[in-house]
Amino acid sequence: MRHIISILMENEAGALSRVAGLFSARAYNIESLTVAPTEDPSLSRMTIVTTGTEEIIEQITKQLNKLVDVVRLMDMTDGPHIEREMMMVKVRAEAGQREEFKRLADIFRGRIIDVTESTYVIELTGDSAKLDAFLQAVDTGKIIEVVRSGVSGIARGEKALNI
Amino acid sequence: MELTGAEIFVRCLQDEGVELLFGYPGGAVLHIYDALYQQDKVQHILVRHEQAATHAADGYARATGKPGCVLVTSGPGATNAVTGIATAYMDSIPMVVFTGQVPTSLIGNDAFQEVDNIGITRPCVKHNFLVKDVRDLAVTIKKAFYVATTGRPGPVVVDIPKDVTAARCEYSYPKKVRMRSYNPTVKGHAGQIKRAVELLLQARRPMLYTGGGVILDNASEQLIELTRLLNFPITNTLMGLGAYPATDRQFVGMLGMHGTYEANMAMHNCDVLVAVGARFDDRVTGNIEKFCPSAKIIHIDVDPASISKNVKVDVPIVGSVGNVLEQLLKLIKAGKARPDPEALAAWWEQIEEWRGLDCLKYDRGSELVKPQYVLETLYKVTNGDAFVTSDVGQHQMWAAQFYKFDKPRRWINSGGLGTMGFGFPAAMGVQLAYPDETVCCITGEGSIQMCIQELSTCLQYGLPVKIINLNNRYLGMVRQWQEFFYQKRYAMSYMESLPDFVKLAESYGHVGMQIDKPQDVEGALKEAMQLKDRLVFLDFITDQSENVYPMIPAGAGQNEMILI
Ligand SMILES: Cc1cc2nc3c(=O)[nH]c(=O)nc-3n(C[C@H](O)[C@H](O)[C@H](O)COP(=O)(O)OP(=O)(O)OC[C@H]3O[C@@H](n4cnc5c(N)ncnc54)[C@H](O)[C@@H]3O)c2cc1C
Ligand SMILES: Cc1ncc(C[n+]2csc(CCOP(=O)(O)OP(=O)(O)O)c2C)c(N)n1
Ligand SMILES: [Mg+2]
Repeated sequence: MRHIISILMENEAGALSRVAGLFSARAYNIESLTVAPTEDPSLSRMTIVTTGTEEIIEQITKQLNKLVDVVRLMDMTDGPHIEREMMMVKVRAEAGQREEFKRLADIFRGRIIDVTESTYVIELTGDSAKLDAFLQAVDTGKIIEVVRSGVSGIARGEKALNI
Repeated sequence: MELTGAEIFVRCLQDEGVELLFGYPGGAVLHIYDALYQQDKVQHILVRHEQAATHAADGYARATGKPGCVLVTSGPGATNAVTGIATAYMDSIPMVVFTGQVPTSLIGNDAFQEVDNIGITRPCVKHNFLVKDVRDLAVTIKKAFYVATTGRPGPVVVDIPKDVTAARCEYSYPKKVRMRSYNPTVKGHAGQIKRAVELLLQARRPMLYTGGGVILDNASEQLIELTRLLNFPITNTLMGLGAYPATDRQFVGMLGMHGTYEANMAMHNCDVLVAVGARFDDRVTGNIEKFCPSAKIIHIDVDPASISKNVKVDVPIVGSVGNVLEQLLKLIKAGKARPDPEALAAWWEQIEEWRGLDCLKYDRGSELVKPQYVLETLYKVTNGDAFVTSDVGQHQMWAAQFYKFDKPRRWINSGGLGTMGFGFPAAMGVQLAYPDETVCCITGEGSIQMCIQELSTCLQYGLPVKIINLNNRYLGMVRQWQEFFYQKRYAMSYMESLPDFVKLAESYGHVGMQIDKPQDVEGALKEAMQLKDRLVFLDFITDQSENVYPMIPAGAGQNEMILI
């Protein structure tokens, strides 16, 4: 199953490599990994999307928790949560297709954020499935470049990952 | 007053109470060596190879329970130390290793003797630190000792660039450190304790399977009390030997690949298994699919990640062994209920029947020196009271089987990584910790040659280690597998061109003896033990074809042992 695991870590040099090293050393899957500082400059927040059996996910969370730099961890998938990923897609948009791209972007609540005579850059936010769906809807021949931020997640309601 | 980083380093070790620092100098740590030179509280032991520094510190830690300390230079000094760091990591040994580093301004420049110590050691340390500012040095060292010695212990590396050791700042050593990201759970959860006690009291065929965690936590006393109170059979892993007295009736021997028949059969047939500070290693479980088919399992471990890693357990208890055993004892003693004595009597009868098979028997009439006989005799000659370190191979297994450890921290070997070359430097660490005790290193002609240069260190510091070389002219453990599983194609397992070990020992100023007849074994061992202040190298020319029995072959269950 797919899990979204968020961790708060000491914002120290090498923290990212400890997590990345753990996943490669133990041969765990990693779909995406994002990391950025939080409102507290001493902490950074990492979101990892991974897949595995329940046993493997249990080991992943235990091994992550065991890292001395990890302050707190939450498996978003355990409860109601919001998942978001941002994507920018550069497409070849020439005369006849410009309207169609505009319509498609609207349907997915995307925005066109860069325009040239022959290209558009479309920005899209949503869960990963929605971004996948958008890409499926676009004629692959027209895609010049895709960049995705990787997933970040937050729990709904009172539950929070903080210290 | 402001001190240099090098002076601060030394003061930190003094304030931490470090007695011994094992190391080897080089450019990046010269400031530190200069500061060490000007004091005499911390004794520096100069080894002959950095790998030996780590093993010696590790041996010291295993024997004393205190963290071992190592200092090596940048680049090759640090890479040479990696094997020893990984060895300590696999067996959860508390150790703090200081590595020199090129000056901060040169880091990343492929500078002379630069290597990414943090990157190289990351997968084999509990944690590591790079100190970039002299003002962080003291607190980082404090944290290193704290992390290394608490929770599940392990090695910690502190990488110190040369300029940091020259820079100055005020010194103060923190009394305590707190790390918000690191808080090991040491007390067992009350609800789990209750569930565990219920299971224990209902058990009809119970089994205690205890490991290195009992020794690491100094919890032998509690373990003995619980075992006796319940009258349960108990087995130890290779790492756990000595935690429960091996000469006691309730002890059924080591379990696992080369464990006893009775221990493995009792494991396989038990209905309640209590794993205490043991990690269900594959050398213990054999084929996981066939492991303890009818048992409910209780697992006590301070590391949550050890629990349900290899084997799914029914009652997980996170906490330190000593605390949790006390909690269990308290609850059991508070009530009147005890396990059904009739069921236990029947279970013991069954176990005695397995024990009656005498799975460790060997040919006592042989003309050749049998390794088992050497170890039995060593046990007798040392009254079972020596510190015994071991290298890796057949000799290690025989030592574990035939030397009966009644006390913890007396049996010192590399179990998790299985590092040949460990035994001799580890023995130096033990001997330095206990100058008046008998320290024996059980080794083979393959293993001993991996750190033989330390004969020189022993001469320098007058370390009277007794080296028991079970010389079978083979990488015996490898040869055994080739005999069993590769139709006797002995690829590269024959040790040719061996040195004359007696002369070798003598050339380093030690005593050497060669023994090739069974009738000379006891006399030689006695003579060696009487040479209290000399290192004696006993080269036993043993039966080349001897194999370690019993054995669980790869893929088999614990009930499918090969017996002799
Ligand atoms: C040639 C060879 C053959 C071998 N054959 C065998 C064999 O036949 N039988 C055998 O048993 N082994 C054998 N081994 C050793 C094996 O590889 C493992 O090293 C060993 O089985 C592990 O022992 P352990 O489970 O006690 O764990 P250890 O490695 O000692 O781990 C200790 C466990 O206790 C926990 N712990 C640590 N501190 C505490 C604390 N304070 N409180 C609570 N828990 C704590 C740790 O988290 C860990 O889970 C062999 C090794 C070699 C090299
Ligand atoms: C550093 C290292 N290299 C290789 C091995 C693999 N290995 C395990 S046991 C063994 C043979 C050891 O030979 P020896 O020391 O003579 O002991 P014996 O088995 O003959 O008693 C080898 C090569 C190892 N454990 N460690
Ligand atoms: Mg040999």
